[in-house]
Parts: sequence; structure tokens; C-alpha cells
Amino acid sequence: MVFFGSKTFAHGIHPPGLKEETCGLAIRQFPFAGTLAVPLSQHIGKPAVPIVREGQEVMRGQCIAKPDGFLSVAMHAPASGTVRSISLVPSITGRMVKGIFIEPFAASTQEIAEGKPCDAATATPEEIVDAIQQAGVVGLGGAGFPTHAKLKIPDGKHVDTLIINGAECEPMLTTDHRVMLEHTADIYAGIPYLMRATGAERVIIAVESNKPDAAEALRSGKPKDLPAEVVVLPVKYPQGAEKMLITALTGRQIPSGKLPLDVHAVVVNVGTTAEIGRLLPNGNGIQERVITVGGPGVKKKGNYRIQIGTPLRFVLETVGVEEDITRVFLGGPMMGQAVSSLDIRVTKGTTGIIAFTEHESGRLKTRKEYPCIRCAYCVDVCPIFLNPSQLGLLASAGKHQRMVEDFHLMDCFECGCCTFVCPSHIPLVQKFRVAKMAVRKAKAPA
Amino acid sequence: MMKWTKVLEIRSSPHIASGHSVDTIMFNVVLALLPVAAFAVYQFGLAALLTIGTAVAACVAFEHMFCRLSGQATSVGDGSAVITGLLYGLTLPPGLALWMVVVGAFAAMGLGKFLFGGLGYNPFNPALVGRAILQAAFPVAMTAWPDMPANRFVSLPSSTLALPFTQPAYDAVSAATPLSAWKFEGVLTSSRDLFLGTVGGSAGETCALLIVLGGIYLAIRGMMNWRIPVAVLLTVAVISGMLHLADPGRYAGPVFMMMSGGLMLGAVFMATDMVASPMTHLGSVIYGVLIGLLVVVIRVWGGMPEGVMYAILLGNAASPHIDNWIQPKVYGSQKGRLE
Repeated sequence: MVFFGSKTFAHGIHPPGLKEETCGLAIRQFPFAGTLAVPLSQHIGKPAVPIVREGQEVMRGQCIAKPDGFLSVAMHAPASGTVRSISLVPSITGRMVKGIFIEPFAASTQEIAEGKPCDAATATPEEIVDAIQQAGVVGLGGAGFPTHAKLKIPDGKHVDTLIINGAECEPMLTTDHRVMLEHTADIYAGIPYLMRATGAERVIIAVESNKPDAAEALRSGKPKDLPAEVVVLPVKYPQGAEKMLITALTGRQIPSGKLPLDVHAVVVNVGTTAEIGRLLPNGNGIQERVITVGGPGVKKKGNYRIQIGTPLRFVLETVGVEEDITRVFLGGPMMGQAVSSLDIRVTKGTTGIIAFTEHESGRLKTRKEYPCIRCAYCVDVCPIFLNPSQLGLLASAGKHQRMVEDFHLMDCFECGCCTFVCPSHIPLVQKFRVAKMAVRKAKAPA
Repeated sequence: MMKWTKVLEIRSSPHIASGHSVDTIMFNVVLALLPVAAFAVYQFGLAALLTIGTAVAACVAFEHMFCRLSGQATSVGDGSAVITGLLYGLTLPPGLALWMVVVGAFAAMGLGKFLFGGLGYNPFNPALVGRAILQAAFPVAMTAWPDMPANRFVSLPSSTLALPFTQPAYDAVSAATPLSAWKFEGVLTSSRDLFLGTVGGSAGETCALLIVLGGIYLAIRGMMNWRIPVAVLLTVAVISGMLHLADPGRYAGPVFMMMSGGLMLGAVFMATDMVASPMTHLGSVIYGVLIGLLVVVIRVWGGMPEGVMYAILLGNAASPHIDNWIQPKVYGSQKGRLE
């Protein structure tokens, strides 16, 4: 949709950016924790299957778990060390999941093991899809969907547009911003793999206008013969959501329940693209990722390259936090998930680690909830054009079936715009999450 | 090791919020209404001050009382009772017996609001419910429009202080409002007087200028759905304009129709009651057009000179049906531009 000369989607909100504190800080390597635990399930799909034994010595970057079926990815050792155990580790969902505990060697240079290289110019689409799966790549934007699964184009479908998502619309997060600035070459190394796998003829790299330096770096670093275009979008949340981004750039709307593929588009996060460009030429796997550690509760804010499997406690202790932190969440403040335990580990989907003190979280906790006054603020911001007010009333009445059938509950992707603007302070998106969960549970065979 | 002083809270996102709040919205509406009320006091003197003041005080007191009676915490703090009181007071003729003001306030808060469940559940604008009850109960008192005597700041019309449950006596022949002058005597008031408000009428409905300024302020702050007043006023202008062109002698022109009576106050501050108006943009426009249509029909062909109150109440009644009929068009349900 073209609106006043610049491309964007309809509705959405303008939360405070809160990016100034970290967007100017270069990515730095983070120290290794005493014990790393790689959860076998960091993605949507089946957990990986361990191929190492307790007591075995592994090299950094070595494959330690293989994918179980197509919707699953491999796991790699984040450090050279000894496998201590394969046991349960807490995860962000609140459940315990199986993980591989590795104790890094104390005085190791931590060289990375080389694997089987994959060349973008000569590999077949199938080989690239397989290489990406073996490299353990999942959406680094936070969704954790195995990237190779969306690059495998089923027979009869075709893709004309590959969208590289550098919108980073979440407040406080600046990892994609830094990656675009510092790893421009990796991004352009990754794009040919994605083009070849999907068969897309054109590439759009989308950046929001609050990152002019990143757009400039991408423009000046672009190889001459690559059919790619850098498009600067106005700042608006949730522009980085797949559906919103496709609509903003192409005007196409993904029908309810369908995939980007159905409108001939594939969206890949810019960080994921850079990682593919960094890993595949050497046949490496993901051992670490860039994470924004910030928020008012953090002392040494910044963008750090942190090993997968690092405990959050280690991260926070290393950067230093205020004494009265009351809320830690993974991801940005709009969609980030609060952690219940600091023994939860950094995973491939961790975009940010944000700590709030009593000052910030207290403001939300003590607000008074009013009845819905039908101001329609939520209706005016919902990017999916739902009626959150009506859904909220139905949710309170427990009418989940009606929410699904008449008010399209399942199309809600939980961006939180409705809760953000609600002057009655009704936890709308939170109610929708509960309702969606109840509906899914009722549908699943007992 | 880190020192922890607090327990980690587990709350689901979003972890930040806009500064919007029901009470700040209500506060800003009051702010936008204050100049209108101040002008009413300037124009009609002590009588208007007492009418509006009593209306606000009574609405707040009844809100508090009804909350207590139903065993809830008092909701006076959200400011909605102050708005209801202000709007209600502004629609009354200055000089109305104060005991009648209190009776209407009881109806506004009791019948208009708390019978339906309080804030957020009132199907009608409570202020207009109160006024409608008074109009039905005291038709003479509700159409006795006082003049603007020079001593209005020091003395009160005798009707104001009439004892409870007694009929007030009126000092003099009441002044005509622009609408009744037009309807019953065929006299048109000048547009300049209407715009500046130097005419007879209910306390707060006379000055179109201040009402529009208040409306623009709220629209800019995003606290009022501007589509509703625009739709109401445009509809009135277009229909009355066509009628005027057909027979200028019989039908008043659009400018007179838009600025006379309670239309400005009603369109900007009453029809836009968030609770009782539709939520979608298209729905608001339909609702506005419906109200505008009813205003012209009642004014031109009805028995009464003014019809804004009934038009808005009927619009309120239609609002839930408009909302059922017009839901937002869900993303992905219409075909995108596919090449």
C-alpha cells in the first residue's frame, strides 16, 4: 500500500523506539560461560536427536545433534569442550526440554570446525535447503521457524520476490541494525543461496527509516549484478511481521491461514541471511548469535555475540544489573516473553535480553483497569483488522467458539498493539493468547 | 554473585504501554467543554452558573451513590460523571428550577447509566437521557428561555430557586430561540449572531465557534471521532441546502440549520459519546448521516422546533446494529493486488 508517497501497511502503532542506547554500539564477543546447555528444541518442529555421548569431547561448531525429519534442524557445539550430560534444561515456554550440557575447555583457542562447504553458484536448490538445515539455521528474528522449510518450494508453486527483513520494528532491539552495518558482506553472500533455493528473480531488502546508516551501508555494499533493491519504509510497528512487510512492499495480502508462498513471496530475516552467508561457504553450523542486552535494568548495555546455551544468569551477571530488576524478557518489549527462571538458556531465537526495574514494571502493574469504553483505539490499530474490543468482551465471557467463528481470533498474531493503546488498560492480547490456547487444546485429540 | 531484592514477575507482553488512559481522555473532554461553559455563564449569568454547577454536582453525587448502592468501589475518579453533568447542564435552559436539574441528573445517572451497568455499558448518552426525561416531564419549563438582562451577574430569575415540586413562575415573556423564531414566526437570525452565540437557547448550545474549537482540540488529540460530527453536519447542510434551493421561502438555509439550536453541541460532544457510537470508520459515518437526517426531518416536518436530542438518542439506539452490520474487513479476506 502506498500512503503519502511511502510504502507501508494499514493501521499499526508508533511505540517509542528506545534504540538510541544500543544502536551505536558495535557487536562484541561475549565471554564463554562455565557450562553451556544446548536445548534440543529451539525451533518450531521436532527436537533434534543427539549424536554425542556423555563424556565425549567435542569441537566448537561440530554437529552434536541431527535433525529429526524435515521440520527440524541440526545443533552444533557452541564451544570446544566435554559433554557433561544430556538432561533437562528449563525453556522459555515454562517446560523443561532435553539439552546437551557442555563444559568448555578452559584454555582453548576455540577454533571452529570446518564442515562440507556449499557454493551458491554451483549447488542445486535441494543441496542448499539441505545445507541450511544441516547448519541448524532457524529464523533469527525470534520466530524460530526452520529457515530451510520455507525455502523448499513445493511443486506447482513459484516465488517471484525474496524479501530480506531488516525492519526491526520492535523497540529496544538493535541486533539487525548492527548486523546490517557490520556484516553487509555476509548479507550479500547469503542472498544468492536464498535466491537459488527459491528461484526468486528479485530481492527487496526492507529497512525502516530510523536506520538510515544501515540502508546506506546496504546500498553502497551491493554487488553490481545482484537484482536487489534497498527499500526504506516509514517507522511503524509491527512492520517486521511477515504479513505486514509483504503488504507494505508488494500490496499483496496473504489470505487467512495461508503462507507468504501463496502470494509468491518468501521473507527471511536479515540476521538469518547474514548467518547463512557466513556459515555455508565453510560448512559451519550456528554456535552463537547477536543479542541486544539492554533495558533500564542493565548496566553495560550493548550488542553481544553470545554462545547458544549460555545461561541468562551468566549474561546478566557479566553485564551487571540494577539490584531491583523485577522483569527479564527475551525479545523486545512489544512481543518479548518474560522469563520465569534465569537458568533458561540463550537460544537461536533470542533477539534481546531486556531487564526492567521496579520503576518500569511497577507502572504497568499498578494501573487501574477500566471497563471497555468502546473508544475503538484498538480497532484503529489492529494490523489484521480484527475487532479487539469485541473479542475482549467475548473472551471475558468465555465464548471462545464465537471468537473463532465470527471474529477471526486465529488470525491474531499477538503483536500487542491493542493492549498497547487501550486507555482502559484491558489486557486484550493476553486474553486472546489464553483463548487461542484453549481453542487449540479443545481441537487436539485427547 | 548478584544481589536480588525482587522476585521476577512473569507477565505476558507487551511490556510497555501508551500513555492513554480513560481518565486522561475524560479530563481532556472536560477541558474542551470549559470554554463553552464559561461562555454560557458570561451570557446567561448566575442562572447558568447555578444550572451547570448543580448538574455537575448532582451527577457526581449520584454516580457515587449508585456505586455504593451496588457495592462497587466509587468510579467518580474516572471523570465520566463530570462530563455527563457538564453536557447535561449545557443542554438545559438557564433559569430552570434547580430541583428539576437534580431530578434530571438522577434520571441521567440512574436510568441512563447505572441501570445498564455503569461506564462502558450505557447504550444511550446519559446526559441526553436526563434531558429527555425532563423534556417529557416539564415541557413548559424546558422551553422557557430567559433573556439576557444586564443584571444577570447579580440576580437570579425567580424560576431558578423554585421550591422542590412546585411550578416555577416566570418573570417575563421568554426570549425565543433562533429555531422557534424561524419555525413559528418565520424570522431568521443572522449567521454572525449564531456563530458567536449572542442568541437565546440552552446554556451551552449557543456559541458555535467555541464548540468547534473544542471539537478540533479533541480531534487533534485523537480523543474524539471527528467523522461523526463531520458526517452529521454535512448531512444537515446538504439536505437543508437542497430544500432551501427548492423553496427558499419555506426552508431555512444550510448555515442557519447547522449553527442553530443544539446541533453543534450535539454533533461535536454528544453524538461522539464513545460508548454509544459505532466503532468502525464506515459505521461512524453511517451513524452520523442517520443523525443528520433525523435532525432535518424533525426540525422541518416535526411538531417541535428542535430535534437534535431525539435524533442522537435514535442514533445511539441504532449504533449496536450498525456495529453488528459493519465489522472491520479482516486482513487477507479481500483479494490483494496480485499481478
